[in-house]
Amino acid sequence: MSLVRKILLELWVPVLLLALWWLVSADSVNFYYPPLSRILDEFADIWLFDGIRTEVWPSLQRLAAGYGAALVLGVGLGVVLGTVRWLENAVRPIIEFLRATPGVAILPVMMLFFGLGTTMKISLIALVATWPVLLNTIDGVRSVEPVLHQVAASHRLRRSERIRFIVLPSAAPQIFAGARTALAISVVAMVMSEMVGAPGGIGHFVLDAQRGFNTTAMWSGVIAVGVFGYLLNKVFALVENRVLAWHKGMTAHDHGGKR
Amino acid sequence: MTTTSVSNQAVVEARGLGHTYGEQPIFRDLNFAVAAGEFVCIVGPSGVGKSTLLQCLTGLLGATEGDVTFEGATVSRPPEGMAIVFQDYSRSLLPWMTVLDNVALPLRSAGVRKAERRRRAEEALGEVGLQDVTDSYPWQLSGGMQQRVAIARALASRPRVIVLDEPFASVDAQTRADLEDLMLRVRDHLGLTVMLVTHDIDEAVYLADTVLVLSGRPAKIESMVAVDLPAPRDQLTTKALPRFAELRSEVYAMVKKAGVQNTATAEPAIPGPRS
Repeated sequence: MSLVRKILLELWVPVLLLALWWLVSADSVNFYYPPLSRILDEFADIWLFDGIRTEVWPSLQRLAAGYGAALVLGVGLGVVLGTVRWLENAVRPIIEFLRATPGVAILPVMMLFFGLGTTMKISLIALVATWPVLLNTIDGVRSVEPVLHQVAASHRLRRSERIRFIVLPSAAPQIFAGARTALAISVVAMVMSEMVGAPGGIGHFVLDAQRGFNTTAMWSGVIAVGVFGYLLNKVFALVENRVLAWHKGMTAHDHGGKR
Repeated sequence: MTTTSVSNQAVVEARGLGHTYGEQPIFRDLNFAVAAGEFVCIVGPSGVGKSTLLQCLTGLLGATEGDVTFEGATVSRPPEGMAIVFQDYSRSLLPWMTVLDNVALPLRSAGVRKAERRRRAEEALGEVGLQDVTDSYPWQLSGGMQQRVAIARALASRPRVIVLDEPFASVDAQTRADLEDLMLRVRDHLGLTVMLVTHDIDEAVYLADTVLVLSGRPAKIESMVAVDLPAPRDQLTTKALPRFAELRSEVYAMVKKAGVQNTATAEPAIPGPRS
């Protein structure tokens, strides 16, 4: 019952807008704005479920590889740079420069180096998604409560134990904030790299449909990308709620004014 | 869990100990020894460098002059066998770990296996009367309970010396009295040597076998007062003894004298019967 309620609360506005779109576009004969009913038919036709196997699945694999690499790189480098201050100071300008460079601008460079295939796509995703993770990890590692470093020293924890039990959990809320931003950027980079790259993937499908004047299919692809991103965010939130349960609990507890 | 050390043998010894922060000497040429099983309280006006001294004694901070030995060996980093309870429990406990995992943390570096870690953490929690909250998170507990978790964490590694930095400064009076008695009980039960920093003269006299009064700038040892109050100590009867009042005045006079000598240092907490 409460789950139904939750779903209703989250979805009533989108449903309302879809209904509006449905009504307004119902009698449309405009080539560019086909009726929603036709788009949805097409959507069901293409994306349930053949498209998932032929387009979504390859996209998801590339995203997972690129985003995963970004997480590993961002957190790994972030722990090092957050700990070794002189090194961080030395490379800070480079990081600021690279992260301020939009992914689109790097795309031709990536194509030059890696061609149009999977390597290029994964590399682009990894490259643009690393920065938010990296910068947030550095901040999170830096702001570990100093007393906790003393606690670690007093218990003679090894470096690996310090990182695992103290530094990473303490920085986790900030790392997750960075990872959330990185996920959104990753989807953008994925779609973009697929549009210019070799066939395969949702992004390529959308552009291909548009070029073939198949506007109905194009619209269905746009909807598919939206649903794809939305579901990814949902999964991300599930993981975050699980890993950061302590943090949410503590924050709620402190705001409850119990101490 | 008892040690086999010969009593009256120095467990911790400071020899010509000094620490200079930048150009500012915090303390200089401190010489004292702490015997096995002894309860030493270090008092002094706030800002005198008590915490810095504790950090040197535990190896968290390097001495700039002289040295500290623990069981005969020079201390350069926190040694095995010594455990520290920090002042601010809300910051020294890990909020992402349950009480049990917090207490078991020091056992990881000691290479204790998982089942044994759990058993020993539970044992340490039992020692402080917290066996029922193992799966709670620290922030779900009251301040007094959190500080008991911190004490249990220090006990879990089965130390021979436990060092506490103003451990009861931020709890209410009743909880404070309970925690004081808990420390005395745990000391007796486990045969620990205790060093405790406090700015509260009542607390120092009530707990200690020896009160070490620190004063001046740079700080030196103003006096080491042997507390000849009978054991076991009791919040009501011990504090009602005429000898308790004498000792309290004696220590207070010394701390205050230090305050007069150096007006730059803050006043110590004014002693008086606590409710």
